[in-house]
Amino acid sequence: MGEERLRCLLLGGLAGDSSAYHAFLKELSAHLRAFLRKRLASLPDEVEDLVQELLLAVHNQRHTYDPGQPITAWVYAMARYKLVDLLRRRSRKELLNDPLDEEDDDLLMSSDSEAAEARRDLAKLLAGLPHRQRAPIIHMKIEGLSVAETARLTGMSPSAVKVGVHRGLKALAAKIRNES
Amino acid sequence: MRTDELVSLLATGTEAVDTRLPMRRYLIAVLAGTAIATLLTSGWLGLRPTLARDLSVPMFWAKEAFCAALGAAGLVAVARLARPGFRLGWVRAAVAAPVVAMWLLAAAALLAADPQNRSELILGQTAAVCPFRIALISTPLFVAMFAAMRGLAPTRLRLAGAAGGFAAGSVGALAYSLHCPELAAPFLAIWYVLGMLIPTAVGAWAGPHLLRW
Repeated sequence: MGEERLRCLLLGGLAGDSSAYHAFLKELSAHLRAFLRKRLASLPDEVEDLVQELLLAVHNQRHTYDPGQPITAWVYAMARYKLVDLLRRRSRKELLNDPLDEEDDDLLMSSDSEAAEARRDLAKLLAGLPHRQRAPIIHMKIEGLSVAETARLTGMSPSAVKVGVHRGLKALAAKIRNES
Repeated sequence: MRTDELVSLLATGTEAVDTRLPMRRYLIAVLAGTAIATLLTSGWLGLRPTLARDLSVPMFWAKEAFCAALGAAGLVAVARLARPGFRLGWVRAAVAAPVVAMWLLAAAALLAADPQNRSELILGQTAAVCPFRIALISTPLFVAMFAAMRGLAPTRLRLAGAAGGFAAGSVGALAYSLHCPELAAPFLAIWYVLGMLIPTAVGAWAGPHLLRW
């Protein structure tokens, strides 16, 4: 049930429907939170940071979703990758209280919409981006302006605005990856 | 930034994404890498002069089929491992089968041969250079594989890197076979496989460094 609904929302998002995409990310973040709370019981402070890192990763890698593929498998592989990466960075693999196997897990079985505070401040990381990336993200993604309006405000070309958003969100993910 | 703020940020002003684009880019990378590897073979080593005559030799086609089957399996492995949540599945068998078949062919050829001819069947004329030439010729394909994978999101980096190296090595061997004069199964079963394994090992080493995201 969750699978089919999430898949429809994501396919809508990939087709350019931003309200479907918003609903997809919102539901997905609740599933990811429940999944990670269970896996990171001994590192509760990391959960919300990792939820945010994963949302950014899912967004940046959304072109790798194959429409015929189960969404659980796609998301689980990314969640597992980022979780192992985090634990490797911390070299505290032994703290993992629930083993991660190759099999798709119960990712969509549970959901947790109570967000704790993230410790990492993405707004601060965003402020560290170069202007040609930061300005398009702020105008388009936070203030909700169109490409044309953002282009007029910043004096950039419409394609430079799109590239700036795209590269900026990738750079944000890279900053998160390299900060620890 | 709270998580719902991030969700809104990501969703606001989202545009349509073409999910077929990555595969199209991958195909272009494969074609470009193959073209450069072929040019490298013909320009550096030269096509073998007997190529036209070889077309009627069954073992020539067995060799081409061997490299082509491994190349195809390697390319499928890369396409799968470059995206989150795909498994290798039958691709493992598709990689193993041509190697096993070539080994069986090699064993049969060695058993049928006179003992004093066996080392000739194994070493041919070019055993000392063959694996390194295959590895060198596969370099443009190796670059193409890694460039394509970096644009996607592999989650098993060592395995994906090895698959990229293997695909490059086996397609590189196919290009090299346009020069290589060797047609004995025991030679191919050893030195061609070794030539493919060099980029595979380099890929397995490089994967975790170059493919992180």
